[in-house]
Amino acid sequence: MQTDLTTRVVRDPKYQELKSKRSRFGWWLALAMMVVYYGFILLVAFDKPFLASRLGQGVTTIGMPIGLGIIVFTIAITAIYVRRANSEFDALAEQIAKGALE
Amino acid sequence: MTAPRSTRSLCHAAAALALLVAAGASFAAGADLGQAEKQPTNWTAISMFAIFVVGTLFITKWAAAKTKSAADFYTAGGGITGFQNGMAIAGDYMSAASFLGISAAVMVGGFDGLIYSIGFLVGWPVVTFLLAERLRNLGKFTFADVAAFRFSQTPVRVFAASGTLVVVAFYLIAQMVGAGQLIKLLFGLEYWIAVVIVGGLMMVYVLFGGMTATTWVQIIKACLLLAGASFMAFMVLYSFGFSPEAMFAKSVEVKTGIASAAGNTPDDAARQGISIMGPGGFIKDPISAISFGMALMFGTAGLPHILMRFFTVPNAKEARKSVLWATIWIGYFYVLTFIIGFGAITFVLTNPQFLDAKGGLHGGGNMAAIHLANAVGGNVFLGFISAVAFATILAVVAGLTLSGASAVSHDLYATVLKRGKADGASELRVSKLTTVVLGIIAVVLGIVFEKQNIAFMVSLAFAIAASANFPVLLMSVLWKDCTTRGAVIGGFLGLTSSVLLTLVSPAVWEVTLGNPKGSALFPYASPALFSMTIGFVGIWLFSILDRSPRAAKDRAGFQAQQVRSETGIGASGASGH
Repeated sequence: MQTDLTTRVVRDPKYQELKSKRSRFGWWLALAMMVVYYGFILLVAFDKPFLASRLGQGVTTIGMPIGLGIIVFTIAITAIYVRRANSEFDALAEQIAKGALE
Repeated sequence: MTAPRSTRSLCHAAAALALLVAAGASFAAGADLGQAEKQPTNWTAISMFAIFVVGTLFITKWAAAKTKSAADFYTAGGGITGFQNGMAIAGDYMSAASFLGISAAVMVGGFDGLIYSIGFLVGWPVVTFLLAERLRNLGKFTFADVAAFRFSQTPVRVFAASGTLVVVAFYLIAQMVGAGQLIKLLFGLEYWIAVVIVGGLMMVYVLFGGMTATTWVQIIKACLLLAGASFMAFMVLYSFGFSPEAMFAKSVEVKTGIASAAGNTPDDAARQGISIMGPGGFIKDPISAISFGMALMFGTAGLPHILMRFFTVPNAKEARKSVLWATIWIGYFYVLTFIIGFGAITFVLTNPQFLDAKGGLHGGGNMAAIHLANAVGGNVFLGFISAVAFATILAVVAGLTLSGASAVSHDLYATVLKRGKADGASELRVSKLTTVVLGIIAVVLGIVFEKQNIAFMVSLAFAIAASANFPVLLMSVLWKDCTTRGAVIGGFLGLTSSVLLTLVSPAVWEVTLGNPKGSALFPYASPALFSMTIGFVGIWLFSILDRSPRAAKDRAGFQAQQVRSETGIGASGASGH
C-alpha cells in the first residue's frame, strides 16, 4: 500500500536524517557555486583592472588563473557532491527502503 | 609608409572592427554561426562525413532491432550507463556554435571568450545538486512526468509540452540555420541541400533508432570532437614548449602588430594588444551581465532535451555520475576552445593564406578553429574537423527532435488526449509520426530563416527554459504548498514574459526587426533576471491563493512524492517501465 509505505518511511528517523542532510548539503554547494560565479561576473563588471593586472614579469594576468580556476572549481564541487551522495546518501536511502519494504 | 600599404592598413582596421562587432553580437546572443559565403566543394571533408554517416547508420540499424517499446524509443530502455550518458549529454551540449563560436570569440576578445564559456558550464552543478537524482526518481520519459507528478495531469502536461516545444523550436531553428551556413562554408554545398541532409538524416536516426541511436550518435560525436579539439590544443601548446606564458606573449605581440598596422600609435597598439589578457567589452552593465548569467546557469536546468537524458540511466546513482562526467568533459572542452582561440591568433591571424584582402578570415569570423585545423594538421585534418562540425549539428538536432516528439506523444497524446489509457504501440506510432512532422517543420523553418538574423534564438531558448521549465520543475519537486494552478499560471507567466521581453530587447527589436537604435523598450541583453522572477513569484502567489479542492489534493500528495524523490522507492527501474 502506497500510503502505508509513505507513513512508514516518514516515521523512520533515518529518512528525516537523509532529507535534512542532503538538502542542507545541496543548497550550501549550490550557494557556493552561485557566489563564485556571480562574484566573478561582478568582478568583471566593477573591477576590470584587477583582472587585467599582471602576474610577475610576463603578460599573464591574474584573470587567467581565476577564470580557469572557476572551471576547475565547477568540476570539483560537482565531484564532491556526487561522491558523498553516491556513498553516504545512497547507503542511507537503501537502509530506509529495506526498513520500509520488509 | 607607401600608399598601397596604408590602404591595406585601413582595410585591416575596418575588418578588425567588423570582427569585433560580429563577436559582440554573438556574445549577446549565444554564438550563432551567422551568414557565410559558399566555399569550393571540399571532397576530403565530404568523404570523412560520409564515413561518419555510414557508421552511424549501421548503429541505427542495430538500435532499431532493440527499439520495440515506447520505453526503448524514449529512454533506450533505461540501460545507458552513467559514463555513456555523461558523454551523450556532453555531445548534446557541445554544439557547433559553441565550438566555432567560442574559439572565434577567444580569437577576437581573448579573456572575454573565457567569461562567456564559463557561463555555459556553471549550470551543471546546479542541475546535479537540486534536480538530477530527483528527476530520475520521479520521472519516466519526459520532465512533465516529474512536474505533473502530484498535480492535475492535463493542465500541467499542456504547460510542460508548450515549454518543451517552444524551447525546442527556437533551438532547432538556430541549429538548422547554423547547419546550412556551416555546410555551405565547409563542404561547398548549397544551403538548402545542407538543411535537407541534416533534416533527413536526423529523421532516420530518431525514427528507426529512437533514443538508443540518438545516444550513440551523440557519444561518437562527443569522442570525435574532443579528440580533434585535444589534438589542436596539443599542437598549439607543443609549438610554445607547453608554456602558456609564451603563447599569451606571442598572441599579445600579434594583436599589437595588427593594431599598429592599422595605423594606431605605438601606445594605442600596445594597449589593444594587451587587452586580450583582461576583460573587455563583453560585460557592459551589471544587470545585463547577471541576467545573461542567470539564463545560462538556470536555463541548462530547464532544457527538455537535456532533462530527458536523465531517464536513460537505471538509477539515481548513475544519474549523478552522468552529470559529473558531462561537467568534466564540457569543462575540459571549454579549456580546449580557449587554447584553440589563442592558437588561432598566433597561427591563423599571422598567415596570409587564411586571410582575405581586408585582413578578415576567409569564410567569416567563425572559421577560426577550422583554419587552425588546417594550420596544425593539414588538409586531411581540416576535412576531419569539418566533418565533426557537421556531425555535431546532427547529434544536437536529433536530441532536440526526440524531446519534441516525446512531448507530443507522451504528454499531449497519451496523457492529455487519451487520459493515460493509450497503449504503448499507438503511443510509439504517434511519436514516430511526430518525428517526421518535426523533421519537415525543421527543414522548412531552416530554409525560411536562412537570411534572418537568428543570433538571439539560442539565448532565447535558454531564457525560456530558465523562466518557465526550471521554476515549475524546482517548485513542484521542492515546495510542498505548490499547486496545479500555481505551477501552470506561474509557468505560463514565465514563458510569455521571457518571449515578450526578448521581442522588445535590442537584439530583436533593433537588430532583427530593424527598428531605430535606442527604441527597444527593454534595454538589457537577457530577460532572465526579470522573467525568472515573474515565473517564481507567479507560482508562489497563485499557489498560496489557491483554496480549491484540487489544491488540497496537490498539497496532500507532496509527502508521497518526496519519499519517492528522496529514496527512489517506487522509481521506475532499468527495465521495469
